[in-house]
Amino acid sequence: MTETASTPIAGGKIESHRHSPKRLMLVGGGILVLLALIAIAAPLIAPHDPEAVEVHRVLGAPSLQHPFGSDVLGRDVLSRVIYALRASLMVSVSAVLASLILAVPLGLAAGYFGRWVDSTISRTLDLILVFPAMLLAVTFIAILGPGSVIAAIAIAVIYLPILARVMRTSTLIVSRNDYIAGSRARGASHLRVLATHVAPNAFGPVIVQASVLSAFALQLEAGLSFLGLGTQPPTPSLGGMLADGREVLIQAPWVEIFPGLAIVVAVLGFTFLGEGLRRAFDPRGVAE
Amino acid sequence: MTELLRVEHLRKSYATALPWGRKPPPALNDVSVVVERGKTLGLVGESGSGKSTLGRCILGLTRPDSGAVIFDGVEVQALSGRALAAFRRRVQPVFQDPFGSLDPRWPVGRSVRESLDCFGIGTPADRERRVLDLFDRVGLNPALAGRLPTHLSGGQRQRVGIAAALASEPELIIADEPVSALDMSVQAQILNLLMDLQQDLGVASIFITHDLGVVEHVSDNIAVMYRGSIVEMGETEAVMNHPQHDYTRTLLAAIPRPR
Repeated sequence: MTETASTPIAGGKIESHRHSPKRLMLVGGGILVLLALIAIAAPLIAPHDPEAVEVHRVLGAPSLQHPFGSDVLGRDVLSRVIYALRASLMVSVSAVLASLILAVPLGLAAGYFGRWVDSTISRTLDLILVFPAMLLAVTFIAILGPGSVIAAIAIAVIYLPILARVMRTSTLIVSRNDYIAGSRARGASHLRVLATHVAPNAFGPVIVQASVLSAFALQLEAGLSFLGLGTQPPTPSLGGMLADGREVLIQAPWVEIFPGLAIVVAVLGFTFLGEGLRRAFDPRGVAE
Repeated sequence: MTELLRVEHLRKSYATALPWGRKPPPALNDVSVVVERGKTLGLVGESGSGKSTLGRCILGLTRPDSGAVIFDGVEVQALSGRALAAFRRRVQPVFQDPFGSLDPRWPVGRSVRESLDCFGIGTPADRERRVLDLFDRVGLNPALAGRLPTHLSGGQRQRVGIAAALASEPELIIADEPVSALDMSVQAQILNLLMDLQQDLGVASIFITHDLGVVEHVSDNIAVMYRGSIVEMGETEAVMNHPQHDYTRTLLAAIPRPR
């Protein structure tokens, strides 16, 4: 702090470069694009079949042929991490997207129309918010049975009230502007006002929130799979691999470390992107 | 002179009845005003006196609890669909805050064109031409039409706001504190513009402000509002020179006058 404080303000560069939102977004976005490419191209990149059991390679140490080593059943850890990334990203991103698709119109309606529309939507969503996320997910899976689709639905339901609430708040703020009343007076229908004025101006915070929640969704998915409630074996998932590696942590730490690192990197990617977006939308740091 | 707008016994309270039963004072308490064609009514009062609420009720944006807004012989509350759109075309607002009255994501030309688009006035090419005419009309360079509001000054934004209000050729303009967010020198320019337009186009207006000094210049009649009620109403000269109500006298005493 003392260093930056003595830096002369020149050329509009007030904040140190390290913290610029652009840099954060680029790093986060770069990580995510890279991970997404790896996930999409998994069959092309993975050096081995992720489900192929090789008895003579059980708990094999990392080598040139198997850079991340092998697991309890002699399966190649690198290939499994690549495929697991695919499953995990798929579940977390589709969960958040599904949640967004419902949350945005609900939040818009609640924030714009207010009164009984707001009460109906908000109170109903509050019911979901009462439960802790993990408990809700586990309950959901207990009813519907385990699996990655169910896990995605559970995560989507958990995040629905959060995203809807963010959307409602920013809609409330935008709706107070005179150009909204002006647009009504200039003959625009409610739907037109919502689509052309309110939604575009209220969208920023919810995108930030979605990006941050994607990080949590990834962790939640890993947590569920770790407990055996998410993606089911033999399909590799990051959480499931963590569970496998736990028992052999001392003898073969690579079984645990590499999927763990993959989770860390992916979560960092989403977090950086979210933080960068947040600062870009809120350059004065009002929402700090 | 014929009557354009008549507001009768308007009442409105924002329903936040507190749990221990104390009701907030109403925003409008039995308000009646009349605006004649081509004339300006200055609506004066301190913040919270209900003058903006009255403006919103007349625009049909807020529903009053009781009473009636009668525009050109037709009750506004009863309008819907096409008749409501036709009414909206004839009554347009100009807002105070030159930041909040324009969508920050829209080029200002689009904001001016909005009413033409919504009311379906003319062909798209006509609308483009009309927007440029309007820019000219309010003393703005038409080349600014493609700019975003953030790239204009406060005075320029307010001119855009006026152009947007004029687009649908209204007969009544509700100007809610149109100059109070501007510098003194810009205030005078905008006031002159408003008065010129009014003379040229014959538009009636309700000029809402807290500044009696401003209203003196622009209005034919003055209504003074205090806590949701109109305490004094009359021709500008009469009110300025012979104020009847204590509150009006206080307001008058607050005008800075060079000696």
